[in-house]
Formats: sequence, C-alpha cells, structure tokens
Amino acid sequence: MDALYLLIPLSVVLVFVIAVVFWHALRGGQFDDLEGPAFKILLDDDRPSGQSTPR
Amino acid sequence: MNEKEQLLSAALPEVAERDAELDSVCFHCGLPAEGAGGRRAFVGGQWRTFCCPGCEAVALAILDQGLDDYYRLRTAPAERPDEADGELLSVYDDPTFQSTFVRRNEDGSCEASLLLEGVRCAACVWLVEETLKRIDGVQAVDVNYVTRRAQVRWNPDTPLSRVLQRIRAIGYRAHPYQPDRAELLRKAEHRQWLWRLFVAGFGMMQVMMYAIPVYVATDGTMTQDIEQMMRWASMLLTIPVVGYSAQPFFRGAWREWRLRRFGMDFPVALGIAVGFGASVWATLTASGDVYFDTVTMFVAVLLLGRYLELLARVKVSDALSYLGWLTPATGERLLDYPRSRETERIAVANFAVGDYALVKPGEAVPADGTVVEGASEVNESMLTGESLPVVKTAGSALVGGSINVTSPMIMRIDRVGTDTMLSSIVRLVERAAAERQPLAELADRYAHRFVTLILVVAAATAVGWSFVDPERALWITVSVLVATCPCALSLATPVALTAATGELARRGFVATRGHVVETLARATDVVFDKTGTLTEGEPRVLDVRMHGALSRERAVAIAAALEAGSEHPIARAIVRYAEEELGQAGAVAVEVVNTPGEGVEGTVEGERYRLGRFRYAEALAAAQALRRDASMHTEAWLYDRRGPVACFVLGDALKPQARELIEALRAAGKRVHLLSGDGEGAVREVAQRLGIEYARAEATPEEKGEYVRALQREGRVVAMVGDGVNDAPVLAQADVSIAMASGATLSQAHADAVLLSGKPYDLLRVLALTEKSRRIIRQNLAWGFGYNLLVIPAAVAGLVSPWLAALGMSASSLLVVANALRLRRGQAGK
Repeated sequence: MDALYLLIPLSVVLVFVIAVVFWHALRGGQFDDLEGPAFKILLDDDRPSGQSTPR
Repeated sequence: MNEKEQLLSAALPEVAERDAELDSVCFHCGLPAEGAGGRRAFVGGQWRTFCCPGCEAVALAILDQGLDDYYRLRTAPAERPDEADGELLSVYDDPTFQSTFVRRNEDGSCEASLLLEGVRCAACVWLVEETLKRIDGVQAVDVNYVTRRAQVRWNPDTPLSRVLQRIRAIGYRAHPYQPDRAELLRKAEHRQWLWRLFVAGFGMMQVMMYAIPVYVATDGTMTQDIEQMMRWASMLLTIPVVGYSAQPFFRGAWREWRLRRFGMDFPVALGIAVGFGASVWATLTASGDVYFDTVTMFVAVLLLGRYLELLARVKVSDALSYLGWLTPATGERLLDYPRSRETERIAVANFAVGDYALVKPGEAVPADGTVVEGASEVNESMLTGESLPVVKTAGSALVGGSINVTSPMIMRIDRVGTDTMLSSIVRLVERAAAERQPLAELADRYAHRFVTLILVVAAATAVGWSFVDPERALWITVSVLVATCPCALSLATPVALTAATGELARRGFVATRGHVVETLARATDVVFDKTGTLTEGEPRVLDVRMHGALSRERAVAIAAALEAGSEHPIARAIVRYAEEELGQAGAVAVEVVNTPGEGVEGTVEGERYRLGRFRYAEALAAAQALRRDASMHTEAWLYDRRGPVACFVLGDALKPQARELIEALRAAGKRVHLLSGDGEGAVREVAQRLGIEYARAEATPEEKGEYVRALQREGRVVAMVGDGVNDAPVLAQADVSIAMASGATLSQAHADAVLLSGKPYDLLRVLALTEKSRRIIRQNLAWGFGYNLLVIPAAVAGLVSPWLAALGMSASSLLVVANALRLRRGQAGK
C-alpha cells in the first residue's frame, strides 16, 4: 500500500509529461495533413540517394 | 487500345516493355504519341515512346535521379508539360518580390508555400519531395497532398528559381502562394481544438483511473488518506480540463450573460461550474462526495461533439471560402505589346489596368479584362456552375480566376484587385454571411426563452430533490442543465442556411443578403421584371411567309444579300437566318440604298427589291393588292416591282428552356407574372408563348412597384427576377430579388441574389434547393424540440445520469449538423 503514496503522484506527473509530448507533436504540424502520410509510407525511398536505378 | 489500356501501359513499365514495338502512347503523360511530336528515345536504359520533347525531358530528369518508382507507383498519368514554356523564373529571386511570400526564419533560412500545379496522385507528391530534397541548400520539404501545397525551407544562398526550375524539370508548375489570414486562423483554431480535446480526453481517462478504486473499494479496504490523495490527484488533473478545455463554454456563457440572452452555452457552463465547485469543496474539506470523473467526462464528450460539429461546419463553409483562393498568384505580363511578345512573370497584385497579359492554356486568367488577340475556350465553372467551357474571341470579356482551356490568348486588363468580379462576389457573399438570418434570429429568441425555462426547472428540481434525496439533488440538477441544453435547437436553422448558401454559391447563385434562402423557399409568386429576363433580347426570324412565285430559298438569299451590309438588329437576324438555312450566300446585291427606319432597296441580278416596313416596301410595287392582317410580331416585307415576295416574321427569341422553367414553376404551385415596359403586342406574345397568365405591358417602374405591393397586400411572397441594373427600386419592393447578371454588371447589381449563369432555367435548381433547405430546417427544429421535450421529464425524475446527458446532447446537435450537410451531397452531380 505504501507504494501508492509514490505511484499516484508519479502518475500525475506522467500525465503532464505525455501532454507536453503531444503538444509538441501538434505544434510541429503532425496533425495538419492526415491523408498524405498514409501514401508517403508506401513510397519511401530506401535506396541511397543519387543512385541510378538498375533495371 | 482503349483508353483504359492506354493508361495502364503508360503506368506500368512492364506492360510498356512488352508492347515496346506497338506502343502508341506517351510513356510519361499517357497521351497518344502519334503525329508530329511523336518520338522514341533511349531513356532510363531502354527505348520508350514520347509524345513531345517536353515529356521526354521530364522523363529523363526523373529517371536520371533514380526516381523511376514514380512510374511504378503512380495511379494517374502525368500532366503533359508545357512545351513552349519560356517563363522567366529569375523574377522569383528578386528580394522585393520575395518579400511578399517568403518568410525569414530566426536561423536565417527562408520558408515559402508553393502552390503545385499538375499534382495528380500521391506518387506526384513523393516525386516532388524527393526531387527537392536533393537540391543543395534545401533544408526541408513537405508537400500536402490534400491542399496541393509544398512547404519549402531553404538556405538563402540557394536561389529560389533553382527550386522552381527543378519542379519545372519534372513536369510540374509551382507558384509562390501567400496563405490568407483566414486560412492561417482556421489552421490555428483547428490545432487549438485538437489540443483542448486532448487535454480533456486524457484528463478524463486518468481521473477515471483514480475514481474506480474508490467506487469498488468495500468498507475498510481503503484508508482515508489514500482516498484523500486520489481526490487531490483527480482535482489536479481536472483543473486544466475545466480551466482550459472547457473555456469555449465559459466564454460563450459569459457572452450570453452579458447580453442577457441565454443560448446553448449557459446551461452547460453552469452545469460544469456547479459540479466542479462542489467537488473542489468536498476535496478541500475532506467531506461529501467528489465527481471529478463526471465533470471531466462531461467536458470531453461535449468538446468532441463541438469538434466534430466544427469540422462539419468548415465543410459547409468551404464553398464560400473557395472563391477567395481561386485568383492565381502570378501572371505573365507582356512588356511592350503590341511591339514585342516578351513577357515577364509578375505577381497578380502588380498588374495595373491597361496592362496586357498572356494567358496560356491551363493557366488562370489573372484579372478581369478583354481578349485582344487569340481565341480559346475558358472554363468559368467556378462562377457559373457551368461545366462546359465558354468560347472567347477578341473582344470577349474575361473573368479573373477562370481557366483558359485550349489555346493561348492575349488580354487587356480592365479591372484589378478589389474591383474584379471575383472580389465583388467574395465581398457580397461575405456581407450575406455577416448578416443575421431572420429565421436564425427567431430560433435564437426561442432558445433564450427555452433556456430561461430550463433554469427555472433546474432550480425547482434542485429544491425538490433536496427534500427527497439531498445526496443526489446536485447531480440531478446538473443533468437537467446539460441534457436539456438547446444546442440542437440553436444550430438547426443557421447550419442548414449556411449549407444551402454555400451550395448555391457553388452552383453560380450568389446570395448577397442573409435572408435569401428562407424567403425564396416561402415565395408564392415569381415576377419577371422585363421581357429581357426570359428572352435573348435580340430579334430572330420566326417564320417566312411566301407571297410570290419565288422559291423560299431564293427569297431568303435575296433578303440576306440586301441586308448584308447593315448592322441593324433586324438585318442581322435575317442574315443569320439565311446562314442557318442556306449555309452560304446565294446572291449579291448592288446599288443598295438604306433608308434608316424604313428598310433597304437594292438590285439583285437585275431585279429591283425592297425589304423593310410594309408601307416602305409596297411603295415599290405598282399594284397594291395585298390585304394585311394586324400582327403582333415585327415584320419585314420583301417586295419586287410586281408585288410582295415574302414576309419575314421576327420576334424576340426565348432563352433556352424558358418555357420549361415557367411550366415547372407553375407545376410547383407558384404564380408567374411578367411585368414589362415593352409594347402590348410584344409582351402578350412572349407571355402567350411561355404560358404566363399574368402579364402587364407598358408598365412604368411606379406601376411595377404598385403591382408588387398589391400582391403583397394579398399576403403573397414575391420573388422578383430582373437584370438588377436599372430596375433597383422595383426589385427592392419585392420580398426577395434575383438579378440575372452578365459578368460586368455584377458589382452594380442591387438585388438580394445574383444568378451568374444568366440562364433563367437555373432558377429551378435554386428553388429546389431552397425548398429542400426549408424541409431540413423543419426536420431539425422538430428534432430539437422533440428531443428536449422528451428528455426534460426524464432528467427531472433523475433517470438521466450526467454523462448520459452530455452524450445525448452532443449526439443530438451532431445529428442536426449532419442533416444539414445533406444539402451539400444530394444533387451534387452537376
């Protein structure tokens, strides 16, 4: 039971930490375009840039 | 190959390879590659077919960068690049020009938004991003697929023209774009709402965690100080939820309180405040019960409802705001027309009246003006809702923002900036949006009374329950406050009206006053002011009656020959009729003498003829034998020396589908009137042809006004249709007035609404939509009242828990908004 005296305040702190993280994501514009990234992930280029395509 | 196969083989290199020998479509753009420009080139390690050097260059640029995934992944063929595109990109490096659209960041880098043309699918987005990232000095690129805008950050040492050049090289066009304030605001607002929602939702979840142990703990299993600690933790997390997330409710409530006019925010804010206050008191004094979980949930659910509603409303107002960003960012100015053809690309704002501009196919017309050279088709759908392009030749008026479709044109700029048609439309629409809609006003007044009633009921509930069950009294009161909030009632009307106004604007019907939609829906009488609203306004040959021995074709040819040189409307009508009937000129007239107001006389193949008024024409003939019936049409008689040859019956041609319009209006139970200043005969004839029952000819503006007043005294609601320019007093008398505008007259139009296409038949669609919006408003109001009537007794009886109340209320307002959105979908086909 004693652990609760630590865990409950800790959980409150955690909530605020997560909130700050989300705030940063929001401010960085991660939620502005909710459609494009879904396509981009399919098209990510894994090859080093500049390398011409072998066919 | 059919079209689909063509697209496929263009999109899939495998297919293209297999069919290499047979390939007839361009590897890059998918258009047929036959003809003059067709070529084969060794690109990317194999032979491919291209339709033009432009496509070849673009494909080369893409493949050289190793970006051939683009061709594998794209879902639509690329746009064909402009071949003769000699645009000077260096203008974008000019610091003064840059200052209009480039932002300087603190770290010295530059940032700008670029509007991309030619983006067809997600692969395009990827291609542009990849290409730009590889330019030295470009620090970050982000292309938004939905808005087709690229956000680019670059090092100032790299000229912007190089960035634009690379985009051009892979077949797209980029224009700097200055997002307007409204859009920035909307973006900021959207972020703020998301943040509020997150705070509320996250707070709710965590507070719930603290609440559950207290609920499930049996006596003695939880010590007093642990429980107190949970309360404090809950309170700490609820403070931001109530203090920040619930702000919109409190602000709204404060506004309503100051105006002494209660709306939907007041009861909600009161409920939140009461619940929170009581819980804080219980925490501080370590007594009673806390309900932080209920309060946070409450805020979260209400916010979610409002957020979804906001999204829906943005959708609704889209149609209104889209007009604003139609104007292109730049245009091509001819430096020294007509002496030279040199052009420079300048910002649209820098165009001055009298400048000459070159408008290439696919580009937008930079400002209002007149075509001086070239002929093309122009798409004006954003103004008129008309999807077919309109033919423009030298002398035609062009509207800024319309898209040139087929071939290049040179235009003179006549109006710029706020004088343009697009600006005046936006201004008029904004004025309408800013005006209070009377119907919405009425709904608000009802909402006010309703809330006052709720406050009384809530107070009574509080007092009543404190005798029965003091423990529950507080929460039942809060439930009553929230569940019965008249959100749906307040939203019902304005949302539907806004949706309808936006949809109408999209179809070329611009309401300039707030009341247009609702009044039109109530209109019982449609009055056409002037015959010109229903007719083309120029005479046409309706019939040719033969009197002599000559053939009909011969008579028409002779008449056309006599009138060939004349600019008189009747002469033009006869010439046009001859062209339509015969195709080519069949005769030549010599010694033509024109007697103004009477007619023409001339010789055709040795024979003397007269064409014109009856008295004038018959004077040529020796015998005056013909008895003439009085006619209500205009007639032009053709005589030779022996007597009458033919009689051309002319009349004002009806606008397309004018008849169908009148029939449909009458079928819809509306009375149709025609008031005209024209002569009795002409008016009666038009009325008869259209089937209009009530027609008044030779009416002065005063008489027209009196006519409308008389109708209104009978309790009829009058919608008046005119040209809106010189009939303002009459239009003002009507309950709602519509002007059939032809472009240039828009800014002077004094009507409540303007039909941009100028086609009367489009009124039908307008009326259908207003009727539909009225139906939807009724449904919404019925739902709002019905829901509240049902829920009040339940809440007072304590059957509705606070969270259920919040859920029910949010769902009910969302339903109302969704219902209004049906106005947009429905008949969106056209």
